[in-house]
Amino acid sequence: MSSVAPADLPVSKDKGSIEAAEEAEYGQKPKTARVKQRLTSRTATIVSLIIAILWTIPTFGLFISSFRPAELIRTTGWWTIFQNPGFTFDNYAEVLLSPSSSSPQLGAYIVNSIAITLLGTLIPLVLATMAAYAFAWIKFRGANALFIFVFALQIVPLQMALVPLLQIFSTWLRPMQAWLHDVIPIIPEQNYAPVWLAHAMFAMPLAIFLLHNFIAEIPGDVIEAARVDGATHGQIFFRIVLPLATPAIASFAIFQFIWVWNDLLVALIFSGGTQDVAPLTQRLAELTGTRGQAWELLTAGAFISIVIPLIVFFSLQRYFVRGLLAGATKG
Amino acid sequence: MTTGDLLGKILQVVMGLAIFAAIIGLLIFFIDKAPKRGRDYWQLAGFLTPALLFLAVGLVYPAIRTSILAFQDSGGAWTFDNFIWTFTQPAAIRTLINTIIWVLLVPTISTAIGLAYAIFIDKSRGEKYYKVILFMPIAISFVGAGIIWRFVYEYRSGERDQIGLLNAMVVAFGGEPVQWLQTDPINTFLLIVVMIWIQTGFAMVLLSAAIKGVPTEQIEAAQLDGTNAWQRFINVTVPGIRGALVVVITTISIATLKVFDIVRTMTAGNFNTSVIANEMYTQAFRASEIGRGSALALILFLLVLPIVVYNVNILRKQREIR
Repeated sequence: MSSVAPADLPVSKDKGSIEAAEEAEYGQKPKTARVKQRLTSRTATIVSLIIAILWTIPTFGLFISSFRPAELIRTTGWWTIFQNPGFTFDNYAEVLLSPSSSSPQLGAYIVNSIAITLLGTLIPLVLATMAAYAFAWIKFRGANALFIFVFALQIVPLQMALVPLLQIFSTWLRPMQAWLHDVIPIIPEQNYAPVWLAHAMFAMPLAIFLLHNFIAEIPGDVIEAARVDGATHGQIFFRIVLPLATPAIASFAIFQFIWVWNDLLVALIFSGGTQDVAPLTQRLAELTGTRGQAWELLTAGAFISIVIPLIVFFSLQRYFVRGLLAGATKG
Repeated sequence: MTTGDLLGKILQVVMGLAIFAAIIGLLIFFIDKAPKRGRDYWQLAGFLTPALLFLAVGLVYPAIRTSILAFQDSGGAWTFDNFIWTFTQPAAIRTLINTIIWVLLVPTISTAIGLAYAIFIDKSRGEKYYKVILFMPIAISFVGAGIIWRFVYEYRSGERDQIGLLNAMVVAFGGEPVQWLQTDPINTFLLIVVMIWIQTGFAMVLLSAAIKGVPTEQIEAAQLDGTNAWQRFINVTVPGIRGALVVVITTISIATLKVFDIVRTMTAGNFNTSVIANEMYTQAFRASEIGRGSALALILFLLVLPIVVYNVNILRKQREIR
């Protein structure tokens, strides 16, 4: 996914901030109480309950299965857990700890996922915040046209960029990687740099657009006052813009985190697919190809890959929803 | 993974962070120490150049280069063969048709379910929890979702107990188990279900927020006029959330056009389930047919183009108002 929606969501308009959306999102206004009773009929409740259950069952089944012994997973459905009881952590131990070459050995890939996500989030975040500030508060000719161009770049599907970017990397980046490997042997020749850079590049249009929307809404008086006092753009950026834009930066950071963590395509092209660089998603995709019937491994592995973004999602959900409501999603 | 490997990885991250911090630090330093003359332009350059450089290297140049590659054969001679192949080979045509099926079904169904759900749970008790349940798949990777649903579609032959939920239900109702993912054309629709499962939550959250933006007074007024719930929905709510509906449908359409991971994990495009994005990967990176891959990427670009042109127009209007 990678696209943005500039259209006018009523939520982010009023009060000029996302707070209004938050309020609308979770607030329950007393005056609506009367309408409330009439609108929520029993059928509606039942239908929404059915949808909610339908939506949860697949994940629930995976979760239950990941704790069942391999033999039981293979022979009985997870919904028969009470007729065929069995509970074990073996699946998790197997995928995470087993050193045998036939097991998934997810440990290394988890480290890779963390490493990739860390800088794959940080780099675009910093660069895009700087660019967003320039677009919002430094006046220059052609700013509008350039901004719209950047926004429009989101149409370029990742697929358009893959082949040439891979060629650029193998011409320019590869020699540097080889050199680094010679100097510091413990860093493999295939390192994280291409994946980091690719993620940063692909994230840029959406990041600039999103952050610009927030940064442009900082009251002009504040910035003007600082200018009059002789503050440089560097000072304004660090002392005023960054603190005020923190919620926006946080919500984009969560987006980017979840997106990079869940990415498969960029990893497939730029990671080389070895234990040295490949993230969890790539390893799992590979396992579904080679060990498609080993459900004890797949369920546990999938759950491990799901759990980290889910924790981030549940603990920072408010920011996440904010980011969405700012009119964007990506992919 | 040996300790040495782990150390190497940590070292890479630390070095990456250090180098990046050094570059940004230097940049900010020079921004502040820019010469007096034309200072604003130096500062502008300092803030903007890194991002624009990334865009140029990562998107602008590659997009142009891919467009050129699409019209060349492996020797570099100009040709239309890549496109001819795309529009004449049965397998390639099937890929195009599948993509169209995807982009027709996913946005409409996810938006419809998301909207219905958003309205049904609006102001109900436990609304927040209802929302989280539908929204959760967004945080799950397509690969994870692929595995979750492969498990639902799992097939066991003959008399053995089914371990896939779908086949278990079929058997419970007296049917024969089906190899869902291998059976054309039902397999494409089953993959589409996965995408709908993921996207509905997104539609729901955006539409729910929009619904809350519709003034209660309007709904109450319509109620006093003696309208029923359906009439109020069509005449008051839907016009009130038109903007959000457009956003949701266009966004999901673009995401659907580019869908790759689901197809890759669940069938790898076999059994006639391939879509453009997956075929592009297969051609360019598995079959080393760079030209064909580029042609498919270009087609994808052209399909996405009208949607984004539309969005850009809205954006331009908004900026003119400002």
